[in-house]
Order: sequence, then structure tokens, then C-alpha cells
Amino acid sequence: MMKRWQAFKRLLPLMASIALLLSACGREDLSALRPQGPVAQGSYDLMKLAISIMICVLLVVFGIATYVWIKFRRKKGQTEPPEQVEGNFKLEVIWTVIPLILVFILAVPTIQKVFAMGEDYTKDKNAVHVKVTSHQFWWEFEYPDYGVKTAQDLIIPTNKRISFQLKTADVLHSFWVPSLSGKIDTNPDGTINKWSFTAPKEGVYLGKCAELCGQSHALMEFKVKAVSPESFDRWVAAMKEPAKLPEDPQIAETFKNQCLTCHAVGDQGGPAAPNLTGIGGRETVASILINDESHPVKENLKKWISDPQKVKPGNLMPKVDLTAEQIDGIADYLANYKLNY
Amino acid sequence: MAHAHSVKHHKGLMDWLTTVDHKKIAILYLVAGGLFFGIGGIEAMLIRIQLWKPLNNFVSAQTFNELITMHGTTMIFLGVMPIIFALMNAVLPLQLGARDVAFPFLNALGFWTFFFGGLLLNLSWIMGGAPDAGWTAYTPLASKAFSPTHGVDFYTIGIQIAGLGTLIGGINFLATVITMRAPGMSFMRMPMFTWASFITSAIILFAFPAITVGLVLLSFDRLLGANFFEVAAGGNPILWQHIFWIFGHPEVYILILPAFGIISDVIPTFARKRLFGYSSMVFATILIAFLGFMVWAHHMFTIGMGPVANALFSISTMLIAVPTGIKIFNWLFTMWGGQIRFTTANLFASAFVPTFVMGGVTGVMLASAPADYQFHDTYFVVAHFHYVIVGGLVLGLFSGLFYWWPKMFGRLLNETLGKWTFWTFVIGFQLTFFIQHFLGLMGMQRRIFTYLPNQDFDTMNLVSTIGALLMAVGVIIFFVNIVITMSKPKGVANDPWEDGRTLEWTIPSPPPEYNFKQIPLVRGLDAYWKEKQAGNTEMTPSEPVGSIHMPSASILPFVMSVGLFIAGLGFMFSRDEFSNSFLAGIFNNYVVVIIGLLITFICMLLRSVFDDHGWHIEPEELEEEGVKA
Amino acid sequence: MSSAHVDHTHGTLPHEPEKATHEGRNKILGFWLFLGGESVLFGTLFATFLALRNQTNEGPTAHELFNMGMTAAATFILLTSSLTSVFAIQAMHRHKLKQLVAWLGITVVLGLGFLGLEIYEFAEYVHKEHFGMTTSAFSSSFYTLVGFHGAHVLFGILWISLLIAQLFKKGLTVVTAPKIYVSAIYWHFIDVVWVFIFTVVYLLGKVG
Repeated sequence: MMKRWQAFKRLLPLMASIALLLSACGREDLSALRPQGPVAQGSYDLMKLAISIMICVLLVVFGIATYVWIKFRRKKGQTEPPEQVEGNFKLEVIWTVIPLILVFILAVPTIQKVFAMGEDYTKDKNAVHVKVTSHQFWWEFEYPDYGVKTAQDLIIPTNKRISFQLKTADVLHSFWVPSLSGKIDTNPDGTINKWSFTAPKEGVYLGKCAELCGQSHALMEFKVKAVSPESFDRWVAAMKEPAKLPEDPQIAETFKNQCLTCHAVGDQGGPAAPNLTGIGGRETVASILINDESHPVKENLKKWISDPQKVKPGNLMPKVDLTAEQIDGIADYLANYKLNY
Repeated sequence: MAHAHSVKHHKGLMDWLTTVDHKKIAILYLVAGGLFFGIGGIEAMLIRIQLWKPLNNFVSAQTFNELITMHGTTMIFLGVMPIIFALMNAVLPLQLGARDVAFPFLNALGFWTFFFGGLLLNLSWIMGGAPDAGWTAYTPLASKAFSPTHGVDFYTIGIQIAGLGTLIGGINFLATVITMRAPGMSFMRMPMFTWASFITSAIILFAFPAITVGLVLLSFDRLLGANFFEVAAGGNPILWQHIFWIFGHPEVYILILPAFGIISDVIPTFARKRLFGYSSMVFATILIAFLGFMVWAHHMFTIGMGPVANALFSISTMLIAVPTGIKIFNWLFTMWGGQIRFTTANLFASAFVPTFVMGGVTGVMLASAPADYQFHDTYFVVAHFHYVIVGGLVLGLFSGLFYWWPKMFGRLLNETLGKWTFWTFVIGFQLTFFIQHFLGLMGMQRRIFTYLPNQDFDTMNLVSTIGALLMAVGVIIFFVNIVITMSKPKGVANDPWEDGRTLEWTIPSPPPEYNFKQIPLVRGLDAYWKEKQAGNTEMTPSEPVGSIHMPSASILPFVMSVGLFIAGLGFMFSRDEFSNSFLAGIFNNYVVVIIGLLITFICMLLRSVFDDHGWHIEPEELEEEGVKA
Repeated sequence: MSSAHVDHTHGTLPHEPEKATHEGRNKILGFWLFLGGESVLFGTLFATFLALRNQTNEGPTAHELFNMGMTAAATFILLTSSLTSVFAIQAMHRHKLKQLVAWLGITVVLGLGFLGLEIYEFAEYVHKEHFGMTTSAFSSSFYTLVGFHGAHVLFGILWISLLIAQLFKKGLTVVTAPKIYVSAIYWHFIDVVWVFIFTVVYLLGKVG
């Protein structure tokens, strides 16, 4: 044990400098190298340990190789072959035992973390429970304790354990929020996976699908929005309010007939497609059209409704037969459908 | 002509279609492997062009998925494996001091089934779409419901046929090593490349039947409506992953062990020093092969196997680092104290060592499951396996090709062009893949056809694409080198590198049809080097000059493979609806399948009924050739 | 291969004619290796079956389906055929061509009997029990595993029949002997596989 610690201590300065170097890499809300929660931090710590060990190995190998390549080049006039060495028992033992020790140093924390991350929180009363269902190519988030269902933007309270049960409705996908935690696959019914993480800081984190799932695999992103627990409660309450339908009766009629057959708002509509309650306040439209100043949500909605296949090839939303006015009306309604929380 | 043969000697194309000579089959493997390697390379270039900038629309999402699937499948099954088989065929019998492989006829059959399997797979591009579910073909994505074109059928049946060829080749090399060693060539005197090929063949024998079953199950699901992976009917998609990786991980070692073998032969030759720690090298190779079968689930850490399985597979995977480390240091200490000459072959071999170590250490990092939750299915993994396969195997293959080219073709590849290939390829390789580690860690998942801007991915992807183009330049220079070299006359010495250590350097380049006029007597490891040290210029023969028995050429392997090809196509389209009633009749009633299988079985029947007595090369003829030479 | 190669084709046969030539020995070795691969093949099929055998998808279960009497008869027939092929090899070692052919012939007939029972069994399942390839994951894995074995038996029957024909034409030589020997190893192998099928598929299905 003592030995391990000493080896570890020697690695510390190296680890510190690597950490500094790596943390310059990537966006805070996306990079696995800039963990924003304890689970991602756990993976990151292991990575740092592993990289440090591996850099030591690389330095030794590169050092010997460079020395050998320079020192033992064949020189002019060398006709007699060099001494033919069969091997060296001592050396061979050394380079068998040292890797074994290195593997051991890495294996111990690996096992600790595997079991820590594999902890089952699905029965935990203090946790917020979320059922994740992945679809080609969108994410459905259900909060069974609150009777709320949403899509694309996962809203969670900070500093609370979020306990996930994940499955897919079609092909395999993988649920990944790099800055908060490693990934976990979503399998079909019968092999439902459990996972959990916490987000100590408020903020929006990028999530991605990490398992090839068809044409728009690249576009199957989502957001995790960590808000204060009070704000989360307000969000739940807002989600449970009755549906707010378009004010213009004609648009309302079109919306009901054309959209609510698959989509839902509030207490109305169907479950086949993403829930649209409060879509105006989400970070993106269709997870890939980012709402910002130059691309306001309404423009994004219009772009999406006009030709969904162009935005996200292979997705199930058809190009609905709507006039430009109808599209504008629906987009306007949805863009203004925001929840206060 | 001193002796009239009763046997027909074919010329030109017919000679190549009917040959059972391992040296010619080696060239066939090389040409076919080179062709598929080129196709896979073009696919790689298209992938990199699509990804050079965010939201690029150079190819569609569907085409991109087909490209990545075919790039992976083609490179592994049809690109590098045949080139490995080319070198095994060209070199292994020579290193053993044998006149041929144990089963020359099967050798040809193995090649042709591989070739027609590969052809079938690549036909998918022009017959309704290539497979699009990734080279791993995970179900349900690879099921009929989510991949409705025939793409995945081309994948299952094409690889099935090609895999049969590989399996036949593996059995053949195993038997060859066991029974065809020259007198005195004990197992512990075999050159490392032969050892590596032997172990590789053993892995092939025990790994390929698993994927055969997997592919059968998947094609039954898709074509006969079976339910192996259909959740609704009780099937289990995770089962596919287990079957795939029980084959898939050993496959990694099928790829890398031959490269280890090549390096272990090239480095001693150009360092003029025997391989350091030969016995521990042999032991490490066997250990790697053994461990290779018990680590498959490390490809599935995120599938939710539970902490116990994840922990066990983490540890078993990390353990592979130990024998691999042994090999690395043995190579370094072979060079230590040597007199190293940096020919192109040795440049590639030397670059192999550090590059492979980089792939190896990321492999150990991936083995740590909790860290792998972040690495898995990202560009970190893409970088890792390209370091192992390109930085390891492909560098090894280049090394082997430059090293044995004179033995195979009687001409030395141009060294200047060779060095150009080396530098462009290696620099291009590092540019392409080193940066991909960071892309993965920064959140770029693999197999995405595009990415949004402002994620800090843009510059790195551009660099990666530039690197890939540089690698392509290196490969093109290599092809130019081949063309230039082959236009020159033959005429290199038996031992063109002057420091050859093993038996292949004791005979003419290229070797005569019968390889050894007299089977040599082996008196130690590095048999030829030992004789040279004792002051001899050639090996001591173990037999007097006599009549040499040769196997007859045969067209049957070719026709048998055509039969399998036809049957495969027929099976694939058996459930299709045809507007043409004739086509509907022959496909839907399995007539095509039956015709194809009949062709194959009739060939087997003919092979069994007509004994192949072979033919003999008489001593007078050997003398004649000796005078000519 | 070498010049020391003695031509046994015409002349007296050694006690074990299958091992008289280098080619013969290679053939036997190669065939053992091939059976190594076949073991993995069947191993994977068995693993698949074990993973899916309870996934009956509201179709018939193993317990409802299997008729142990018929299966036991099939097992008995196949085991006996393994014995007759041993007798065939013994006859070959004694160079008794007629006995050899006779025992091989009995082996083929027994093989045909087994195959007939299996085909009858499958037909029963499909028509009477509505248990087809597409019924459930259990049915798919059952038909694939047992069907693969059946296909092996069929191939063995055709192969041994062909060898009987060759024996009539060419007699027992150092060329035909290794073929007979190898086909006998093959026949034992599919017999062993059947023992596993009988245990894992039928007995376990009836009991478990």
C-alpha cells in the first residue's frame, strides 16, 4: 500500500501539469476534460491517473528508442557482426513486473469507481427519477413521480441525485452528457439500464447520442438544463397546467388536426412524437437548430416544419401539408409557448 | 525437355485462375488485397472530406453511414487480412523449409472464396445500396425494419463467404507449420513471423466460426424472418454484440500478431543481431492470443452489464499490456548494441514500435471501465484503433512488403520512393489520428456525418483531413514505386539485404516453383545466419537431389467459389418481389441458390472422385535450371 | 512429397493405410483442426440456444413440444451408426473391403433413418403445433441448432455414400483410406454434437 502511494506521489506533479494542459481543451458544457459534476469528475480523475502512467511508459519507450536509433546506427567499416545476445533474464523480469505493478495501480481505483458508478438509486426516495426513452432521433424524458413528460431539454434540479432508467423505443442509442457523466446505452425493453448523476452547478450542458442509430445519429443531441430546486418545482407546476392552444381558432384547428395526432401539449395530444409543452423556451428546435439572436426560435420552427427531412434526414416527422400562413401561425404560437420557472 | 509431363501447364490468365502454388497465391492475395485496400482508402478519403468543416454536405447522411460501414468492413476483412495472407503465403513455407503448404488445393480455394466474398460485398454499391449499420452491424439497426435495403444482406453473406476463405487459410497454415517443417526445424527454432502466423491461424480457427454463426443468425433474421434479435418475439439484440465481439476482439489480434512477427524478423536483420528474448517473445505471443479470447466484453462497457462484469473485463484487458510490454522492450533491446541500417523496411519497423505503444497505452486507458464511459464510441476510440491498426499493422505490412518484395518478385522496391512513402505516410498518420484523441475527449462522438460549429471541433477536424490526404499521397507514391519497380528486369541475389537470417534468403529470388531443390537441414534458430557464421554460403541439404512431387493446378477452387457467390446472391434476393416473372420464378423458389450450391458441390464431388496424383520434376530438369541460373 | 515417397497405390497396404502417406497424415490432421472450428461453431449455436430457449413468444414451449420417445429412438439410431462406423474402420485396418463397404452401408442407412425421423419431427412441429422458424426466438434457435446438425448428417450421408462408390471403383488404397478415416471422425463428431443436443435441447427442455 505504501509503495503504491509513493508511486502515486511521484505521479502527482505530472498529473497536475496534465490537468492544466487538458483543461484548456474544449467547451465547459461539453468536454469530458472539464467535468462539471462528481460522476464526470470520477472518470476524469481516472483518465488523469491513466494518462500520467502512460506518459511515463511513453517517455521510457521513446527515450530508449531514440537512444538506440542514434547510438547503434551501422557505421562505415563495421563488417564484423555485433555480439548476438540471446536475452537477459533480469531485464526481462523487470519489464514483466513493472507493467504488472502499473496495471495494479490503475486497476484498484478502476474497480472502486466501477462499483461506485454502478450504484442503483432507482429506489432512492431523495432522488429525482427520470425515465429516458430514446427514439430515432429524439429524446423523451418522463418524470414518473411528477407525472410530467418532456422532450429534448432535460430539466433537473441542482445538487440532487438524478436517477435514470433508460430504454429505447427503436434501435440502440447511448445517453451521453460529457461534462456531467460518461455514457450509458439505451437498450430495448427487457434490458433497461440504470444510471445516475448530479449537477452541482446551474447551467445548460450538451448531451449527445453516442451509438450509431441511423441517418441522423449526428443530429440526435439534447440539452441538460440544471436549475435551482425552487425553479425546478415551478417548472413541474407549469408543465402540469392545462394545455394552452393557439388563440386563432383556425390555427388551433389546424394544430389539433395536423400536429396533436402525434405531438402533445399539456394534457392534449398523443405520445408518438416529442412533447411540445413550452417548446418556445427550449434551447433548440429539433435538437439541432440552436435558438439564438441570429436564429430566433420562430425562424427555426418555420425552417423545421417546412421541411423536417432537410434538417434531420430519416426522422419520422412528415412534411405536413400546410400553407405558408398556417406554418407561420403555428410557429408563432409555439415560439411563444414558454413556461415560467 | 528432359521429361514429358502428363500434366497440362496453363499459361496467362488460366495459370492464375488455376494455380495452387503458394507463391502465386500470395501474389493473388496481394493484388486483391491491394485493390480492396484502395477502395477502403477512397472511402476513408470521402469520410475525411465530409468532415473537414462543420455542417458540410459533401455526402448525404445515408451515404456517410454506408461509407463508414464499408470502410471498416473492407479494410479489416478485405484489405489488411489478405495482405497478411499474402505475406504468410509468400514467406511461411519458405521459412519452414517446405516445398509448399500442407493443402495447396485448399490454399487456392481459400483465396477464391475470400475474393468472391469481397466482390459480393462491394457489389452492394451498385446493387441498391451498401450496408449502413456500421461494421459492427448492431441490431436492431441492422435488422430488416431499420435497414430495409439489401445492404446488410451483402454484409452478412459477403463476409460469410470471405470468412470461409479465411478459415480455410487458417487451417492450412496450422497444418503446414505442424507437419511441413524441414528436418531440424523444431518449434523453438521457427522464425518469429512463422510463429506469429501459426498463432494467428489458431486464433482464426477458434474465432471465425463464432462470427459465422452470428452472420447466419442475422441473415436468418433478415431473410427468413427468424427472431434471434427481434425483441418483440423474444429475441435479444445484446446477444449479437456478444457473438460479434467474441469474434471481434480476437480478430484484433489476428490483425496485429502477424505485424509483430514481421517486425520481429525485420529488426534483427537490419540490426544484424538475433532477436532479444526469443522464447519470451514466443510465450508473449501465445499469452496474448489466449487473453485475447477473454476480453471481448470491454467493447460493451456501456451496454449495462453491471459492475461485476465490467470490473472483470477491465482487469483481464489491462493484463494484455504485460505480454505486449515484453515484446516492445525485446524489440528495443534487439536494436541495442546492434548495427542498425535504416532501409525503408526498417524505417517502417522502427516507427512501428513507438506508434504501436501509443495505441497500446490508449488501449489500457480504454480498459478502465469508468474512464471508458467517457471514451466509448467517441473519436478517442477511433484514434486508438487506428493507432493499433494503421500505426501498428499497416506500418508492419509496409515493412514486410519492402522487406520481402525482392523475394516475392525478384526486384527491390525503390528506396528513395520508399522513404518518401514512409515520411508522408507516417507524418500524415500522426496528423490524422493524434488529434482525434482530443476530439473524442472534447465531446465528438464517432460515426457522425457532420457536427455543429462552435464546439471547438473545427480546426482539429481540418488538421485531421489534411493528415489523411498526406497518407493518401504516401500510398500513391507506393503504388508508383510498384509500377516503376515492376517495369524493371528481375535479378536480385538470394539474400539482397545481405544480413538475411532465415531460410527464405537461401534460395533464389523469386524462388523456383519447388522452392528448395533439396530440403535444408536446420541446425538452430536463424538457420541461415548460423550457417553464415560457420563460414558456409549455403544450407546443408537434408536429402539427395531427387524427383520432386508437385500438386496439379486446378480450376475447381475458382468454380467452387463462383458457385458460393451465385448461391449467396440467390439467397439474398429470395424474398424480393420481381416484376419480371422469370426472375421471380428463379429467385423466389431458391432456384438460384440451388444452382449455386450444386456448382459448389459438384466441384467437391469431382475433387473427391478424380485423384490428384500431381506431377514430378525430375533431377535432370533441376540441373538444367541450375545451368540456366 | 519427397523422393523417398513410397508408392503404396499398387502393392501391399500397411496396417493403417490412412496414415501411410504424408498427404494422408496431413488430411487427418487438417480434419481434426477443422473439427476444432466446428466445435466453436456448434458452441456458439448452443450458447445462442441457451440464451433464447425460454423466449417462446406465446408459442409452444419445449415442454409442450418434445416427444421424447421419438427423440430417444433417433438418439439410439445415431449412436448405433457411430458404432457401425467404428466397425468399418476396423474392417479397413484388416483390409477387408467387403466388410468395410457393408459397415459403411449400414452407417448410411442408419443415418438416413435418423434424418427421416428428424424431418418427420420438424414437419409435425410446423404443421400440427404451428411451431415454425418465425414463431419465437426459441423456435428460431431450435431450428437453427438442430437444423445445422441435421445438415451435417445429410452431408455425412452423401459423403460416405460417395466414398462407398469410390471403394467399388478404386478399391482400398492409401488414397481412399484417409478419406474413409476422416469421414468416420466426422461421423463421430456429429454424433457427439447430437449427444449434447439431446441433453441440452431435449432433456433440459422436458425437465427445466
